[in-house]
Amino acid sequence: MSTSKRKSSDTRVPIALLVYDHPGVMMKVTGLFARRGFNIASISVGHSEREGFSRITIVAEGDEATIEQIIKQLNKLVDVVKVQHLHPDRSTMREFALVKVDVKDNQARQEIMTLVEIYRGKVIDVTTKTMTVEVSGSEQKVDSFIDLLSEFVHIKEIVRSGLVALLRGEESITLD
Amino acid sequence: MIKGTAIIKNVLKSTGNTTIFGYPGGAIMPFYDEIHEDAEIENILVRHEQSAGHAADGFARASGNLGVCVTTSGPGATNLITALANAYYDSSPVLAFSGQVPTKLIGNDAFQEADMVGSTVALTKQNYQVKHVDDLGRVFKEAIYIATTGRPGPVFIDLPKDVQNGECTLPDPIPDQVEIIGYNPKVFSTGAKLQVKRALDLIMDARYPLVLAGGGVALSHSNKELEEFINLLRIPVVYTMMGKGVLSDDHPYVLGMLGMHGRKRANFAVSEADVILALGTRFSDRITGDLSQFPGYPDAKVIHVDIDTAEIGKNVPADIPIVADLKLAMEEFLRQLKKRLKNPDKNTINSWWYRYIKELKESSGIPDVKIPGKTGRIVPEKVMFELNKVIQPDDIIVTEVGQNQMYAAHYLNLRKPRTWISSGGLGTMGFGFPAAIGAKVAKPGVEIWLCAGDGSFQMNLPELATVKQHDLKINIVVLNNQYLGMVRQWQELFFEKRYACTNLACKDGLYFPDFVKLAEAYGLEGMRVDKPGDVHDALKQSMASDESFLIEIVAEPESNVLPMLSPGGALNSFYSRRRKKRSIYEWYAKLPRNEFEAKDYKVEIVEDDDVNVYFEKEEQ
Repeated sequence: MSTSKRKSSDTRVPIALLVYDHPGVMMKVTGLFARRGFNIASISVGHSEREGFSRITIVAEGDEATIEQIIKQLNKLVDVVKVQHLHPDRSTMREFALVKVDVKDNQARQEIMTLVEIYRGKVIDVTTKTMTVEVSGSEQKVDSFIDLLSEFVHIKEIVRSGLVALLRGEESITLD
Repeated sequence: MIKGTAIIKNVLKSTGNTTIFGYPGGAIMPFYDEIHEDAEIENILVRHEQSAGHAADGFARASGNLGVCVTTSGPGATNLITALANAYYDSSPVLAFSGQVPTKLIGNDAFQEADMVGSTVALTKQNYQVKHVDDLGRVFKEAIYIATTGRPGPVFIDLPKDVQNGECTLPDPIPDQVEIIGYNPKVFSTGAKLQVKRALDLIMDARYPLVLAGGGVALSHSNKELEEFINLLRIPVVYTMMGKGVLSDDHPYVLGMLGMHGRKRANFAVSEADVILALGTRFSDRITGDLSQFPGYPDAKVIHVDIDTAEIGKNVPADIPIVADLKLAMEEFLRQLKKRLKNPDKNTINSWWYRYIKELKESSGIPDVKIPGKTGRIVPEKVMFELNKVIQPDDIIVTEVGQNQMYAAHYLNLRKPRTWISSGGLGTMGFGFPAAIGAKVAKPGVEIWLCAGDGSFQMNLPELATVKQHDLKINIVVLNNQYLGMVRQWQELFFEKRYACTNLACKDGLYFPDFVKLAEAYGLEGMRVDKPGDVHDALKQSMASDESFLIEIVAEPESNVLPMLSPGGALNSFYSRRRKKRSIYEWYAKLPRNEFEAKDYKVEIVEDDDVNVYFEKEEQ
């Protein structure tokens, strides 16, 4: 989202946060990124398994030292209960996207449906002039679906959920 | 049923926070009504909300306890923001609460409504808006707990007027204990024990070990442990500005402040040290200089002890990181060290380094300045020299920000922790005077000395009314040089003497304002001093006074605080009195590197800086 201080050594690192479900907590988390010049590639938030706590997944961008600082600074926030760097090989990650496209004719409609099938997506809304489809998977899968789609139809609108992720196996960042 | 304001009052009383600094207004009137005619709660009525925050900060720094400040909503609350930021940067435990418009008006841009939770997010350790009276007791207890534990800091609470007036339905509105999941302030792990062992291995094998003491030593009350540690090891110490006073400047191993305006001997020691034990410091740019050249010695090792994980490795990579409450860490250092010292061949640190440091310290004192400066006025060094003669070990020195601060930090000899109060991280002009008020309220029995400049003193000048009204005795020393001295100094050194907007003088050249008359306008006594020989008597007269006393020093207008590192430069080069960049090794010979060199080695100071070259004409 912000674009300051981006370098070639930067990597994208998903970070999981368990936070108190207080008003203003998102502001404290995102404000920290803004104030210290850290970059957010995506952020998603929702209820956790426990009442009173929310779960945030942030994909942060930066070199190793920056990511370490981001995690330490997030840990300092009183409203942040737990912070976990999610290593890609130890986590499952998904992103969800809705894409609305213009449909000129029946042939275009067929091609879209074939593509949706290959990507195991779904058609969720159809009008005479548009189609809305959903797709989920890794960020790369969603990227490549959108790239392919844009090759032969005009994309009106895209909305992406941002990455959500969990540690694989029995590891977790729950409270108990 | 208990009223919201009574809950607040009861929390303040039960936690021993009965002195508050505040200024009333519409949205905080219920609270002020609650404490009116309550003999236990004392409100020091400042003259500007910013001062309420700084006074609470000064109170916290002098006492080691929480400082509390109160304002109304809107402008009252926004005026507090500078003070909150100041307390945050210097890790000072402050509880601030402000009135707010009633909950049903929040978001409507009501009269005197300001989004204070949004505004203070980045400048407080934690903040709250209390939406229901049942939450009040818990929120206040949590706020005090958070402000005073771990790395201390300011906590802000926004109090809508209807919440203050609300009736609490809980049978037990104030919890005895609060628990915040994920907030664990008392830090010392078993891993830290092992790290202490590794750190001691490194220190005891070092040739030139050094302790770098920061403000964390005072905050964690670990100065006694530190003193015992350095005495056992005979290891030299430099301190940051925030660490001034944690060890006595009279101690033979204490070399003084390091950094941009530090003592040359201190910067020299850091440049030569091969192992640095950094305690409770965040390696601010003002102490490290150019990070790529810090520390100066090739492959020097850094042991960094701090309670805040995020400070470790933020600016300077740590070879041995120790995340710990410094008090617990120092106790562990001492325990392990005493065990080792029973082993005779590991008994002392390298003796030539110790001897060198001791001689270095002995040969660079603060000389007296008997003659006036270039224009015949008093040079600030003279004032510091005279202050050193009158201040007692328990006296508290408070400074404003700028040259006055750096002269004081560089030259004054302090002996105890919490006797030095100065705005470090934020560098807030106007902090000093209200902070001095807070210090006096915290320590009524000791003399408070405010070292101010004419620029910074004028920022919170109306507090003269507060000290008069509340009968608070402060010795106010204003170094009046008719300039924003520090900015002018930078303009002289780095902007080709283009003194843009730093001249505070009148066209007719008379020194103004007349600070003595200002003191008199507020019913206080003052004295203008324009001869170096009169400084001492003026300080004595101020001490003897029962009321606050203002000494206006007619100061040399274009004096510079030197030595000074070049901004962004390394610790081992600096600007001298002759306004030339010099290497530190022109003053102090390099250290001996082996036993053979060390034999019969004598400290040689090629040319000491302090005031003797001060009056020479500038080199063309």
